[in-house]
Amino acid sequence: MDEILAAIITPFQYGFMLRGLLAALIVGVLCPVLGSYVVLRGMAFLGDALAHIILPGVVIAFLLGWPLSVGALAVGILAALAIGAISKSTEIKEDSVIGIVFAGAFALGVALLSMQRSYAVDLAHILFGDLLGVADADLWLMAALGLIVLITVFAFYKEFLVLSFDPVLATTLRLPVDFLQNLLLVLLAIVIVISIQAVGVALVLAMLITPASAAYLLTRRLPVMMALAAGLGSVSAVLGLLLSFYINIASGPAIVLLETLVFFLVLVFAPGRGLIAKRRSRKSAA
Amino acid sequence: MQTFLQHPFDHDQDAPPLRVRNLSLQYDSGGYALRDISFSLEGHKLTAVVGPNGAGKTTLFKLISGTLHPTSGSIDVYGEGPGKHVCIAYVPQRSQVDWEFPVTVREVVMMGRIRKIGLFRWPSSRDWDHVQAALIRVGMEKFSDRQIGALSGGQQQRVFLAQAISQEAEVVLLDEPLTGLDLPSQDAIFDIMQSMRNEGAAVLVATHDLNLAAEHFDQALLLNRQLISFGPPEEVFKRDNLINAYGAQVHVLSGEDHALVLADTCCEGEEPHTHG
Repeated sequence: MDEILAAIITPFQYGFMLRGLLAALIVGVLCPVLGSYVVLRGMAFLGDALAHIILPGVVIAFLLGWPLSVGALAVGILAALAIGAISKSTEIKEDSVIGIVFAGAFALGVALLSMQRSYAVDLAHILFGDLLGVADADLWLMAALGLIVLITVFAFYKEFLVLSFDPVLATTLRLPVDFLQNLLLVLLAIVIVISIQAVGVALVLAMLITPASAAYLLTRRLPVMMALAAGLGSVSAVLGLLLSFYINIASGPAIVLLETLVFFLVLVFAPGRGLIAKRRSRKSAA
Repeated sequence: MQTFLQHPFDHDQDAPPLRVRNLSLQYDSGGYALRDISFSLEGHKLTAVVGPNGAGKTTLFKLISGTLHPTSGSIDVYGEGPGKHVCIAYVPQRSQVDWEFPVTVREVVMMGRIRKIGLFRWPSSRDWDHVQAALIRVGMEKFSDRQIGALSGGQQQRVFLAQAISQEAEVVLLDEPLTGLDLPSQDAIFDIMQSMRNEGAAVLVATHDLNLAAEHFDQALLLNRQLISFGPPEEVFKRDNLINAYGAQVHVLSGEDHALVLADTCCEGEEPHTHG
């Protein structure tokens, strides 16, 4: 028992591992909380697109020597609002508009980055994250932004709930529907920016939707779903980090693989809504 | 039923609950979803909105609730446009609701009150009392902690009526609330709708069931993109009006004072009903 404990604690005596742990916990809690809305509202594609759209912002900030988060945040918020506006004002279907902007922006980011000599390493870090490279300044920014997101989600809880469950009711109650929609997109952009350092552009989507989807199968209450998802997300994040320390695999993919494993276990074994339970209830009905 | 201080806009009590004037909604392609509809609801009545599929019943409700905006014409609820009211409840068709959504019955009913609660506030114990009272009125108080998908169709409809009650709605628009329900469930819904009317709400109900419309409602509005007839059911459901609305879909066996109707006008994905 002591050995296991030691195995868990020892790595975090290294500063870079401790910073990585804190970053992993922030992302592990934040992504699933907002991801619950992404799952319930069917915004997964939009979330993935936003993550990729942010790439040129990250690259430009990187080339100019600015903090990566600043470039990412600017582009992310801009893109979130632009997608909201474009999809309203054209006859092209929303998912196509998103796809066009997403692929175009991603191409721009990779093109800019490819002019650099350290192209391959940089690209890998941006695509798949680098938890062990988190600096103190990054950590403070992540914590501050994360706190803002959590407070906003808490403050607008009942409004976001109505908007997600019944947008028509939100309208007839004369809630500021457009403002709330955009606010949710901006929060999503912020969470993605926070997460890029940890799991990278390509894997943020998993952090958003995988624990939230597992939690969705386990409960019928939204607050419980958010809490469960945050629990699954943060446990996966910490274990993934340890896994990457001991068997030397990249931390972002390690976290995502663990989350995916948990999801499939839940999918099969969840009481009531898992595959086994469903088969059983179908049999007893027949 | 209403304490006016809680309202963002005072009602003009001399104005009718609902007045619709020359209302049209035109598609970009030029066709009309609704054309030149005018009518006025006087007093608090139970009104059936009847017409074939695609007649524009849902569109009319969305315009009245302010979810859609007309291309021309006007809607006044107690003398003001719908956008200035929080007293209009629109209960969508069952197929429009995500029944898997992780909310409980009491949370759905509480949703009707969130504008009254206001931003950055959580429901008070008084708000929860309101919710409880609404649930008791619809006979669903025993189910308040159930997830909404774990209810029968009639129970789900009653939960949404409780939501309208907790909203303290004065104009209530119900889109096909009776579809697919058995007779006892329909009767329960009628009791609730009638009690809402008696408490001072104008209740409009979209239905494709001509018999129910003829028997249970104070007045009827027959619609097929245009307003065909509006008034007491016995005047609205006359042979000529019905043929006007339904064309070949309806068989009218007309007697001296009432028409016997065999219609095939049910909703998509359901068994066609025959009414005799």
